[in-house]
Amino acid sequence: MPLLDIEDLHVQVEDQVILGGVHLTVAPGEVHAVMGPNGSGKSTLANVVAGRPGYEVLRGTVRLAGEDITQASPEERALLGLFLAFQYPIEIPGVSNMEFLKAAIDSHALARGEGAPSAAAFIRRARATAERLGLDAGFLKRGVNEGFSGGEKKRNEILQMLLLEPRIAILDETDSGLDVDAMQVVAAGVNDFRDTGNAVVLVTHYQRLLDYIVPDHVHVLAGGNIIRSGDRTLAELLDRDGYSWIEDAC
Amino acid sequence: MSDTSERTDDAIDTLVSSEYAAGFVTDIETETFPPGLDESVVRAISAKKEEPAWMTEWRLEAYRGWRAMTPPRWAHVHFPEIDFESISYFAAPRGDKPASLDEVDPELLRTYDRLGIPLHEQAMLAGVEGAGRTPVAVDAVFDSVSIATTFKEQLKDAGVVFCSMAEAVREHPELVQRYLGTVVPRSDNFYAALNSAVFSDGSFVYVPKGTRCPMELSTYFRINAENTGQFERTLIIADEGASVSYLEGCTAPMRDENQLHAAVVELVALGDADIKYSTVQNWYPGDDEGRGGIYNFVTKRGACLGARSKISWTQVETGSAITWKYPSVVLRGEGSVGEFYSVALTNNLQQADTGTKMIHMAPNTKSTIISKGISAGRSQNTYRGLVRTAPNAHGARNYTQCDSLLIGDQCGAHTFPYIESRQPSAVVEHEATTSKVSDDQLFLCRQRGIDAEKAVAMIVGGFCKDVFRELPMEFAVEAGKLLEVSLEGAVG
Ligand SMILES: Nc1ncnc2c1ncn2[C@@H]1O[C@H](COP(=O)(O)OP(=O)(O)OP(=O)(O)O)[C@@H](O)[C@H]1O
Ligand SMILES: [Mg+2]
Repeated sequence: MPLLDIEDLHVQVEDQVILGGVHLTVAPGEVHAVMGPNGSGKSTLANVVAGRPGYEVLRGTVRLAGEDITQASPEERALLGLFLAFQYPIEIPGVSNMEFLKAAIDSHALARGEGAPSAAAFIRRARATAERLGLDAGFLKRGVNEGFSGGEKKRNEILQMLLLEPRIAILDETDSGLDVDAMQVVAAGVNDFRDTGNAVVLVTHYQRLLDYIVPDHVHVLAGGNIIRSGDRTLAELLDRDGYSWIEDAC
Repeated sequence: MSDTSERTDDAIDTLVSSEYAAGFVTDIETETFPPGLDESVVRAISAKKEEPAWMTEWRLEAYRGWRAMTPPRWAHVHFPEIDFESISYFAAPRGDKPASLDEVDPELLRTYDRLGIPLHEQAMLAGVEGAGRTPVAVDAVFDSVSIATTFKEQLKDAGVVFCSMAEAVREHPELVQRYLGTVVPRSDNFYAALNSAVFSDGSFVYVPKGTRCPMELSTYFRINAENTGQFERTLIIADEGASVSYLEGCTAPMRDENQLHAAVVELVALGDADIKYSTVQNWYPGDDEGRGGIYNFVTKRGACLGARSKISWTQVETGSAITWKYPSVVLRGEGSVGEFYSVALTNNLQQADTGTKMIHMAPNTKSTIISKGISAGRSQNTYRGLVRTAPNAHGARNYTQCDSLLIGDQCGAHTFPYIESRQPSAVVEHEATTSKVSDDQLFLCRQRGIDAEKAVAMIVGGFCKDVFRELPMEFAVEAGKLLEVSLEGAVG
């Protein structure tokens, strides 16, 4: 059974149809890359799958491990194992990263019918994971994304993913704005995360990320539809030729 | 809009409209004066408290002054004219004042139990109330009288006087006569004058020279009787080099009528003394249609009389239909310090007009004002502050930060910072921000599995962090929970 199954998804935002019948199926253990020009609807797709308010689903269904989540609340989807790394992570002033992570982990544990981890166990794990991503201990005490550099924000998203251990992670341009070293750290984090039971959807503009995280499938989203799918060579093609060929394809 | 956004709204609705847990009524026989106020009522209150003649006279003079005054109208609050003849000015559980805790009516003890206020010294000392808790001495004021004060003996050993105001008038007349009305004069304002005439119980604290008060002191005010006003009066004196931390809490039953609470609190800090006064104000706020709730019209002021003395106010205001209060510090001692840390949360139809005055009257005085206003529902939340530096206040400094957080788009936040500087070397800084709990912040939390209610409480808690960390530990936890409850139904 696919982990994520998007079927004929039509989405409208403020009287404008952004997605016009998207199909995407992601099986356990797979990595999919979604590419496409600016404004083509990649973030919209990611947000709608995560249940962000403000989008109107006109038609279609989204299933997570067989369960129809098209109408589910964002927190229900999250607790079923769906994770979205944001293209633009937002600040929550005064709420420490630690407090935020603990609240997230506790509600995940609760949803699994487990007790919340002890503060000590949580802190140990959070510190060790942060360290793997090159984030020092003080980082956990700072407000969520408060004054973080662009690169720190993106690493923080990966930190959250590693701690929450979702079944399906959608990473919306997590590579944008990262220097080469940071990109490698993030890629290593994602590769560590991968196993046969989970899956990753990478939204990206760059082939470079895909050198580190090798996708099984590459899709091109344009004009509100996936107009082409292929293997990793499709990404290389895009890197070389850009999207000029799209107009003919549409 | 999609289903999910409606769900957010629902979640936010339930979040912001929580139950007021302290809204129950204690069924106890009460002696209540008939409504109305004249000189005979003032005399009768004084007689009830077995006061000496000087105290009765003091009240009467206040009463005559009050008669000639009119209520202040400058605050950004709206309510129908109060009929002062329809209020009862005294209510107390029937019977003599209990001599010890054992004699307190069990029904009253149960009331405080239910409110989470420990009155059992033994239990507290044995750690039964919660292992590892440091004991806190409590003065429990029920309607117009103090029903019990705990840990008096231990405090007495340290030389600290902690008792009800009524007892202080009898047992420590020299201190009361010397300081009562010196910080907030009877003629200060309409409500202070009224309070001076009819004040009921409240707490009295005296910490002698060089003494650090060995435990936190607290007063818990409870309004229970119907149609009565509560007019407590608190006086805290820290002698030279003394220090004390004092906490105040308050609740009232849910009733459809508005009830008046007009307190006066006076703090006196002599040389090098340090007073920390914390309030968690949770008077009944009224229902979500704005019916009922307490009118909280309070005058709180501290005088830093001695050099290097310090007075710090911390308040968390979540209750009351209307709040009108400006805990202030008059800095008369050279190098003295005044602080004001405030969280004021209004929801539904609540109105708050609150802030502080920092009056710099001596060289090198310093003051800090941190105000966090949170408005939800259709509420109105106003910060009003005054920083004044007198001509001789060389080197005076003030830092003011006023932040407003809006939840939803039907509420209002207003900021009125007044600065009167007559000393060119004084430095007065003011910063203000207004922000919203954004949909994006909420979505981030929810995407991480944190439900909307918890998310709003967490975001608001983060906003208030600078104030919460000024609260004593246990109060900080309490305040966080209170905020969560008070926010129920707040986001729309
Ligand atoms: N809330 C919104 N209100 C109005 N228009 C929106 C909204 N969200 C998305 N859109 C529009 O939908 C289209 C797709 O936007 P989206 O962010 O999904 O693109 P994207 O493929 O992620 O682009 P990028 O590569 O620049 O991140 C854009 O034209 C955008 O302006
Ligand atoms: Mg995007």
